[in-house]
Amino acid sequence: MRKYEKVIFEISKPGRKAINLTDLDVEEVAIESMIPSEFLRKEELGLPEVSEVDVVRHYTNLSNKNYGLDTGFYPLGSCTMKYNPKINEDVAAMTGLSALHPYQPEETVQGSLEIMYNLQTALAEIGGMDETTVQPAAGAHGELTGIMIIKAYHQKNGDFHRTKIITPDSSHGTNPATVATAGFELVEIKSKADGSVDLEALKEAIDDNLAGLMLTNPSTLGLFETQISEIASLIHDNGGLLYYDGANMNAIMGKTRPGDMGFDVMHYNLHKTFSTPHGGGGPGSGPVAVKAHLAEFLPTPMVVKKDDKYAFDYDRPNSIGKVKGYYGNYGILVRAYTYIMTMGRDGLKNASETAVLNANYMMNILKEYYKLPMDQVCKHEFVLDGLIQDALSEVSTLDVAKRLLDYGYHPPTIYFPLIVHQSIMIEPTETESKETLDEFIEAMIKVAKEAKEDPSLLKNAPYNTPVRRVNEVLAAKQLILKYKDSL
Amino acid sequence: MFRYIPNGDDDRKAMLESMGINDIEELFIDIPEELKFKGELNLDLAKSEQEVMKYMSDMANKNQDLSQLTSFLGAGVYDHFVPSVIKHLASRSEFYTAYTPYQPEISQGTLQVIFEYQSMICELTGLDVSNASLYDGPTAAAEAFLLAATQTKRNKILVGNAISPEIKKVIETYMKFRDIEIVYLAEKNGLVDMTDLESKLDKEVAGVFVQNPNFYGLIEEVEKMTEMAHANKALSIAYVDPISLAVLKNPGEMGVDIAIGDGQSLGNGTNFGGPYLGFMASNNKLVRKLPGRIIGQTEDVDGKRAWALTLATREQHIRRYKATSNICSNQGLNALMAAVYMSTMGKVGLREAALQSVQKAHYAYNQIIGTGKFKPAFDAPFFKEFVVVGEKSAEVVNEALLKANILGGYDLSKEFGLDNGIMFAVTEKRTKEEIDTLVSKLEVL
Amino acid sequence: MKIVEGLYYTEEHEWVKVEGEKAYVGITDFASHQLGDIVFVELPEVDAELAKGDTFGVIESVKAASDSYMPVSGTVVEINEALEDEPELLNADAFENWMIAVELKDESELEELMNASEYEEFCNKEE
Repeated sequence: MRKYEKVIFEISKPGRKAINLTDLDVEEVAIESMIPSEFLRKEELGLPEVSEVDVVRHYTNLSNKNYGLDTGFYPLGSCTMKYNPKINEDVAAMTGLSALHPYQPEETVQGSLEIMYNLQTALAEIGGMDETTVQPAAGAHGELTGIMIIKAYHQKNGDFHRTKIITPDSSHGTNPATVATAGFELVEIKSKADGSVDLEALKEAIDDNLAGLMLTNPSTLGLFETQISEIASLIHDNGGLLYYDGANMNAIMGKTRPGDMGFDVMHYNLHKTFSTPHGGGGPGSGPVAVKAHLAEFLPTPMVVKKDDKYAFDYDRPNSIGKVKGYYGNYGILVRAYTYIMTMGRDGLKNASETAVLNANYMMNILKEYYKLPMDQVCKHEFVLDGLIQDALSEVSTLDVAKRLLDYGYHPPTIYFPLIVHQSIMIEPTETESKETLDEFIEAMIKVAKEAKEDPSLLKNAPYNTPVRRVNEVLAAKQLILKYKDSL
Repeated sequence: MFRYIPNGDDDRKAMLESMGINDIEELFIDIPEELKFKGELNLDLAKSEQEVMKYMSDMANKNQDLSQLTSFLGAGVYDHFVPSVIKHLASRSEFYTAYTPYQPEISQGTLQVIFEYQSMICELTGLDVSNASLYDGPTAAAEAFLLAATQTKRNKILVGNAISPEIKKVIETYMKFRDIEIVYLAEKNGLVDMTDLESKLDKEVAGVFVQNPNFYGLIEEVEKMTEMAHANKALSIAYVDPISLAVLKNPGEMGVDIAIGDGQSLGNGTNFGGPYLGFMASNNKLVRKLPGRIIGQTEDVDGKRAWALTLATREQHIRRYKATSNICSNQGLNALMAAVYMSTMGKVGLREAALQSVQKAHYAYNQIIGTGKFKPAFDAPFFKEFVVVGEKSAEVVNEALLKANILGGYDLSKEFGLDNGIMFAVTEKRTKEEIDTLVSKLEVL
Repeated sequence: MKIVEGLYYTEEHEWVKVEGEKAYVGITDFASHQLGDIVFVELPEVDAELAKGDTFGVIESVKAASDSYMPVSGTVVEINEALEDEPELLNADAFENWMIAVELKDESELEELMNASEYEEFCNKEE
């Protein structure tokens, strides 16, 4: 393929156009007579001038420098990079489901409200919860919504002194950041080496100011937290609430439910568990489900069903309010509900079982070649602690990841969770065949051998990618954040 | 068999055997018995593609969409023309099935698109830096408030009253949990009352926030407000309509510190409220305080130009509790659509779309006032949206219009207490004929 | 790993060098190695009055950000502006490139800090 190295501004040529608007059909009036010139733009607009062909070729060429799920295996731990079904895209693009204004009268959007309502109900069922809001735009946004709900609950009870949220040090970075954004204090407790909660540390962290605990289960090490009932009792007995970070839901659908484990509030990542595309960084969607005792605090509006009609309910005096404009990332909700219908209760359960099977299968083979800190049954993902190598070797997990690029793979998540120093976190998902897993395993083994035989091969990798190893230090130092300009 | 799950019974068996296991349940022994979900989820069984399509088409048919209705509804979400190329380029699965570009060597496509997006947002807003986008306009406003409070170490934001109810409700939620006070400014002729602003500026004020054009479509005196904010060592924050920036004086020219807004009208569909994208641009001074991702230019080991995520130490995965925000994503695909839109419309096209919107909105305004059935609500310059007051409630007006397959205006009686107040939006997409039809229906109400 | 005799050290890997009334504060070689390539240094304003344990600056590499804490209480009288343009100086020689100079508020606070050999022992345990 042709090497293409241009920025859109570099193919711009005065006079080129990629659009022909319909000619103005009302009588033209001088702009200054409508808007005083003091309010008008004086500078020229520095956007590109290109033809439609230029636009299409430019962005198509850029797309060729990307690796997507449709390109190949994407075993990114904690991201659940499962296949994004094509029917989801077709449904979301239906004019009748997409060309809708959010302020249209309710009677003109009954179909969309029904989809939202059904999705709310299905998600509550899968999580073992009572009510769901689909408003939050992403997982982190769901966390924020959930933690705000916890605060609203304590404040309604007059417990203004409950200002502390506990998270384990193995948690996703969004957990502590959410605690800050919601105006809570953070108490971070050390996890045990296997990523489970240290009950003694938890007991010590609990005091009268306890507001709640944020936890994901399976843990970020991909292991099920077996002490969860005891943890839930500890938190509840001390007046706190339990928040479930739903990042790892793909391990447990139809097998166990956060609601049954004792969690009071949780979020789902529709872009993980429910197959909606990641979009190169978003849009995602992070619905939040709660037990009945927290339902009054959910954001406005909720989609409700009254006499076979669907409606928005704004009359919720104890609601935390709105966390996003309108009703959520609706286009993503449509995709997720399409997926749930396609899979059904049997398919969702099979998905979790197969995701867990695939992970265990890989772990069982790879542990001969990479350090496995915890040799026990894992759930949908597992964490390796880098290569098995002598202390003098300087080949790092980063080098392994970069070398995997040469073999045509997106590497696993690296250096997370922070408690495993050379962490390589692999999540195959259920949508990969045994053959794909075997080929990837083979590549991982090859890389491990190369690390021993020719470390420099890894240290200088990758070689076959659109660009080679990228200098992130330079990016942070020179801070060129827009075309032809530096700070 | 499920079509997204390649491994069937035989594969399962072989894989389990390789681990010396007979039953898949052995992989779930770590879940305590009492927590195992024993029943069946209360959901239907799997459906065929055809069945799912049928159900979804039925749902679509229960709606009335904008291909059936002529929309004069705006209020923050606009029916601007969307060129075909956007759908095609955003449908390239190399883009939409990719993850966040954490591995820059195989993500140059996403990275460069977002770099171009940042460049074009800077161009529109006249500011120095743009992030890679936030969830939407209202949450971008909330993030801007938090930024202003952190930067100035003050905890009050003065807010224009004529802002979208969506923004109002979102900032009120976010600020309530951070004990940051929101003080609304009095309105005068639909605009911020400068005397009230003057009297409310004190040492606690972290920022002055105004929507421009404001919710009523009117053009605010942003430059003057910015000067007043700066004299008080507060930041000036403007929530802008990106299309308007092709015609109106941009935030950078007016000294604004943070410009935010919703990028929906940049080539994104109306999507019943989302996904859209929130954009945020600022001056250089605030770059290390910005929330969200930022892409920077760099080189690979061979010295070839490349792009990477940068300034990541602001973000949650590194700074955790001390991060500038808890956001972990951007609206990547929506930002891509915005970038393709800005490239496609280009220097001339975007300005033409903006100018046509102004022309047609003013034509519609004059015709509606000309019926004698409606009076102007305010007397101030407007962009593509305007408020009129009629003899009947907006609800009654809109019901009548809907019967003629017209999606009427925004009802201002509920959130703004303006009885019989209705706001129409007119984009370049509306034809003279459509406007004349609207006017003729309004005339005979 | 380089450790300089005659300086005071903290458990957060800052060093203090006393010259009369004034004390220079920087980070140790150990700290700069832990951080990797330093890309940004944020320093306080001159005249800032800071208590022992307060954050006086932030040092950033690409993948980490680390707060710097006041080893002693005092008023900032000078900042090393060279670090704002060339943060990599901290990687080149962390002991040569002080970050701030402070006027000591309470000299007795110095006694609570480690000397060079105590600090070396401390680092060995950290590794």
